[in-house]
Amino acid sequence: MAANPMYQFNVYRIGPEIKIGEIDLSFTNASLFMVISSLAILIIFNLGAQKKNIIPDKIQLLSELSYTFVSKMISDTAGSKAKPYFSFIFSLFMFVLFCNMFGMIPYSFTVTSHIIVTFVLAAFIFIGVTIIGFIKHGFGYLKLFVPSGVPAVLLPLIVVIEIISYLSRPISLSVRLFANMMAGHTMMKVFGGFVVSLGIVGGWLPLSFSVALTGLEILVAFLQAYVFAILTCIYLNDALNLHH
Amino acid sequence: MKKIILLNIFYFSFCTVAVKSAEKGGMPQLDPEFWVSQIFWLTITFGTLFLVLSKFILPRISKNLEQRRLQILENIETAEKQREQSEKNLKEFDEIILKSKNKAKEVMLAAREKVVSEITKKKMKLDEDLNSEIQNVEKEIIELKLSSPKKINSIASNITNEVIKRLIGTDVNESSVSALVEEELKKLSRSTNGI
Repeated sequence: MAANPMYQFNVYRIGPEIKIGEIDLSFTNASLFMVISSLAILIIFNLGAQKKNIIPDKIQLLSELSYTFVSKMISDTAGSKAKPYFSFIFSLFMFVLFCNMFGMIPYSFTVTSHIIVTFVLAAFIFIGVTIIGFIKHGFGYLKLFVPSGVPAVLLPLIVVIEIISYLSRPISLSVRLFANMMAGHTMMKVFGGFVVSLGIVGGWLPLSFSVALTGLEILVAFLQAYVFAILTCIYLNDALNLHH
Repeated sequence: MKKIILLNIFYFSFCTVAVKSAEKGGMPQLDPEFWVSQIFWLTITFGTLFLVLSKFILPRISKNLEQRRLQILENIETAEKQREQSEKNLKEFDEIILKSKNKAKEVMLAAREKVVSEITKKKMKLDEDLNSEIQNVEKEIIELKLSSPKKINSIASNITNEVIKRLIGTDVNESSVSALVEEELKKLSRSTNGI
């Protein structure tokens, strides 16, 4: 049933069923696009890294600009202490960006439109940041929940709110990316369906809307990858530079 | 940030609408059938990506960037040095030009002086020569002036003599002829106020 706008998010098995005990680890279309995205990143950046021209050519410029873009983003939000985590944030940003962008190709699959994928990434970030915070500051990291300059009467309330907001970080981080991706693709599918059902007479309006949406979705694909990465940087900043 | 939040709100509202409209099929995202598989493959692909990027690719890019930075710094330094050198050279060049201009002026002045003095010398000599020449000529003229009446007299008497001889055919007393001529000349000179 291809007309269903949610059909595009279906995950299905490609190739044989792989089972370890009761657990199903089959290779699916989602896995395929994860592999494609990773390979594309590796190929592009490997090509870019192999050249050593003083005046870079296109592919070299692409990889070097990405490098400086991410490194500037990290140093702006999390300071110089975040340098050891550069590789991780770079990989994260590129992975999300490429998954989003590959999802823009018609009939492809958007890996990041699945809550489980974004949630695993966000949970990993959340746990990692929390561990880093406790390693750097010991139990002093708990001071994160006690903002300075708050009247003592309000303090219990504020602490509770801070704890809730801290714990909801992985959820907000994952749901933001997943919902954006899913809603955008669903909307495009819905308008695409309108084009077909309204036919040659009335189909032009949804078609033009669809074209505009494609541009918007490409913007959103980049923006969401950027937001995902920059929020990771901000969380990391909290863990590295405790200033409350 | 505000824009992103607005966009999110818009999307969330649309998302719920979309979910309700697709209630028949439901959301494939919430079907846990392939969750473990997705987590597994995400771990593998993202892990590999992270390892390869951090171990092999990113260090190379950073090395390239660092190398370029150093190269550019070096080039800037060299350029700065060369600029200084060229400024120095320019100054030297200006100095040399100034010096040679002054020298040329001096040489010109000396040459002019020399020429002027020579000219005045020659002029003076020429003046002297001219003066002496003029004096000589004047003397001669005066002499001629003084001697000319006598000569004229003798010539006149001679001619008169000859004329008379031809007219009459005989010699006349010379002294009487000259006396006559002299008288005539005196009359002439008196009427023309003399020479």
